[in-house]
Amino acid sequence: MIQLTHLQKLEAESIHIMREVVATCDKPVMLYSIGKDSSVLLHLALKAFYPAKLPFPLLHVDTTWKFREMIEFRDRRARELGVDLIVHINDEGVKAGINPFTSGSRLHTDVMKTEGLKQALDTYKFDAAFGGARRDEEKSRAKERIFSLRSAEHRWDPKNQRPEPWSLYNTRKRPGESFRVFPLSNWTEADVWDYVALENIPVVPLYFAAPRPVVERDGTLIMQDDARMVLLPGEKVEERMVRFRTLGCYPLTGALESQATTLEAVLDEMRSSRVSERQGRVIDNDGAASMEQKKQEGYF
Amino acid sequence: MNALQDPKIEGVAISAPGGKTLLRLLTCGSVDDGKSTLIGRMLYECGAVFDDKLGALDRDSKKFGTQGDSLDFALLVDGLAAEREQGITIDVAYRYFGSARRKFIVADTPGHEQYTRNMATGASTADLAILLVDARKGLLTQTRRHAFIASLLRVRHIVLAVNKMDLVGYDQTIFEDITQSFQTLAQGLGFASITPIPVSARDGDNIVARSTHMGWYAGPVLLEHLETVQVGPQAREGQGFALPVQWVNRPDLDFRGYAGTIAAGSIRVGDRVRILPNGQSSEVARLVTHDGDLQLAAQGQAVTLTLASEVDISRGDVIVSGATSARQGLELSAHVVWTSETPLRLDNRYVIKLATGQANADVVALHRVIDINSFEARAVSEVPLNGVALVTLRVDRPIVFDDYARNRVLGGFILIDRLSNETAAIGLVNSDALADLARASGWAEQVERRVIGHIGVAGSQARRRFLRSLVADLLVAVLLAGALGFWAGSLPVGLVLFLADLIIRSLVRALCRRWFRPSEGVSDGGGI
Ligand SMILES: Nc1nc2c(ncn2[C@@H]2O[C@H](COP(=O)(O)OP(=O)(O)OP(=O)(O)O)[C@@H](O)[C@H]2O)c(=O)[nH]1
Ligand SMILES: [Mg+2]
Repeated sequence: MIQLTHLQKLEAESIHIMREVVATCDKPVMLYSIGKDSSVLLHLALKAFYPAKLPFPLLHVDTTWKFREMIEFRDRRARELGVDLIVHINDEGVKAGINPFTSGSRLHTDVMKTEGLKQALDTYKFDAAFGGARRDEEKSRAKERIFSLRSAEHRWDPKNQRPEPWSLYNTRKRPGESFRVFPLSNWTEADVWDYVALENIPVVPLYFAAPRPVVERDGTLIMQDDARMVLLPGEKVEERMVRFRTLGCYPLTGALESQATTLEAVLDEMRSSRVSERQGRVIDNDGAASMEQKKQEGYF
Repeated sequence: MNALQDPKIEGVAISAPGGKTLLRLLTCGSVDDGKSTLIGRMLYECGAVFDDKLGALDRDSKKFGTQGDSLDFALLVDGLAAEREQGITIDVAYRYFGSARRKFIVADTPGHEQYTRNMATGASTADLAILLVDARKGLLTQTRRHAFIASLLRVRHIVLAVNKMDLVGYDQTIFEDITQSFQTLAQGLGFASITPIPVSARDGDNIVARSTHMGWYAGPVLLEHLETVQVGPQAREGQGFALPVQWVNRPDLDFRGYAGTIAAGSIRVGDRVRILPNGQSSEVARLVTHDGDLQLAAQGQAVTLTLASEVDISRGDVIVSGATSARQGLELSAHVVWTSETPLRLDNRYVIKLATGQANADVVALHRVIDINSFEARAVSEVPLNGVALVTLRVDRPIVFDDYARNRVLGGFILIDRLSNETAAIGLVNSDALADLARASGWAEQVERRVIGHIGVAGSQARRRFLRSLVADLLVAVLLAGALGFWAGSLPVGLVLFLADLIIRSLVRALCRRWFRPSEGVSDGGGI
């Protein structure tokens, strides 16, 4: 009798979830945020449907403030793998001049990410969207189902979720309703990195330490990725050895000082870390129930 | 082939990175018994709470906490705004942590009766349940209900955590009394082990460190027990192979693969297989994966296989081989845990989803509802939210299943309300329960059940339908017999005709119901 390892079990579960979506939904899409979780998600999807090509496109909701290296990585991976990539930008937000510096993180995320995502889902009429969120990331995510039903207005009702026993998913919905599906729900940050190492999955180089131009602002190290970041009085750009634990909009993502230039070193650092992964995310910390509220409003 | 797919990795327990084994568990028990506090405390003491989250906990405890200025560990797990405001758990939280010896996936479930279905969700994948009891209150209805549901879902190991010992002066006799009553309650629930531990979740007594207040307790502390308890493999040896087909992979005309997760047993290239329900047979040609073909695959793996000959297979079919106990049928008996606000009624029609199969299902018989206090059966006409019942379902196309006790994948199902799409029940196939019931109950009860099966339960739609047709039949028979009897000029002839008409017509109707049951097709796949 074969006994599967922990990672083999997680892999099989994720593949099962993806196939279930493709077998039961009309028009699925995979949210591709370019981070390590998205890389793992994409890798699993290639496995799930092999030898067929991906039976759905990737969607990147671009806030126009992502690290340049992320965008390069995104375009290169899509080309190499021959997958269908949709990039959506909320043009109204751009026209209104929304940006993370002067509009604040909250409004920027609402308009460029949450609104942008809803626009894209509505435009293309996607009825199921895969996301790479994990339950170990955040306390309201720990409460979410793998198949998370959203109303036609994209709202999540956390108090009234469907029971989800075993690996049996109720995939029925009314017209207009859709699912957010989280195949990595049961993975932890450590599982993701172990899997990246084991399967040799390419990830954005920003996860590894390198000398980068950073500015210390409100106790967080922000990388000056382009000239749009204007220095405040007293601030100066310094070259420091840093890396990132999660990736998002560069003005909202704190860097860690680190010497970890290899995967092994990153793994070691993560195992001994005493702060959580999302600690560097500016948006998570505005208000205790902040993530839940964003999710209710349609954020992933 | 890459490292991840190396099938040489063997062992009894599921190994996690670093050679650690994995234990899946849940906390359950009545409301406010301290489940979330216990898990929060354990996460904290195992170092699974990051410093920034501890800072947040400190702030939250001051704002929402029930423990004055000290930390309220429940807030580490109660992650929804409504939960924090009300100080209760509403939905399951899944937490992942490890100790030096094991990895744990914990489902912290709500104690409120209203949210029992969320407890059942957490229990469905667990090997062990920590059942909490408030030392001041002892066993409550909800404690019994959770013990029963855990047993139904075959959670085999129980830790009876008698909590809040600090509030009863760490009294040994209270602990022993509760343990005793639980042993009595658990008779017949078939747990493989019951381990009682006196704890104080709030203060951390006997959670990770041994309590200094309860020198009389010599057993293991909670974490120590969780690290060492042997739960045994979930996969059974020697089961025949079963693969519920999830998705047909057809990238081009030359390739036709059947994708799915193996529900039981193992398979090799070249093995003979049968397809249920249609009974065709073939041979495994390839076990295809992205990392190269496999020679052997087993339970739990998500695979794509191709067959040597052209056979007609679609989603919901099951590919089997060897001595499988999976079988097909149109009728199945099962326990259901009702999860919808709208009660189960005999006349309602649902959609059943079992493994990858789906069909319309009628509840054709409601044999009994289990009384949570006595665990006894009662004959009733409906099952309310959180009720547990034994039912017979009839589906409108053959479905492939097994007993839940033998296989969780092929024996577990959900019923979906066709109008609201909500999940109306969590079900467990149990073929023996009906026979057990018949053996256990007297003939009078059996006759009553039979008759009720025909005429419907008082007040039900079936009963109204029965009465309506009875009245119509009587009327027609009287008219017919009267007319013919008058024409023949003989009363006995009229009477005979009256009776014959009544009997023949109800017979014909019964047969029609049996044979020509109208079936509404259910659209599978595409966009339901
Ligand atoms: N004195 C004392 N209080 C405790 C102990 N454990 C929990 N409590 C308190 O009991 C109350 C309920 O605790 P929770 O952990 O929220 O209970 P629960 O079982 O998770 O409740 P639900 O999830 O809503 O069913 C809180 O005020 C806790 O602080 C204990 O060991 N001793
Ligand atoms: Mg709780």
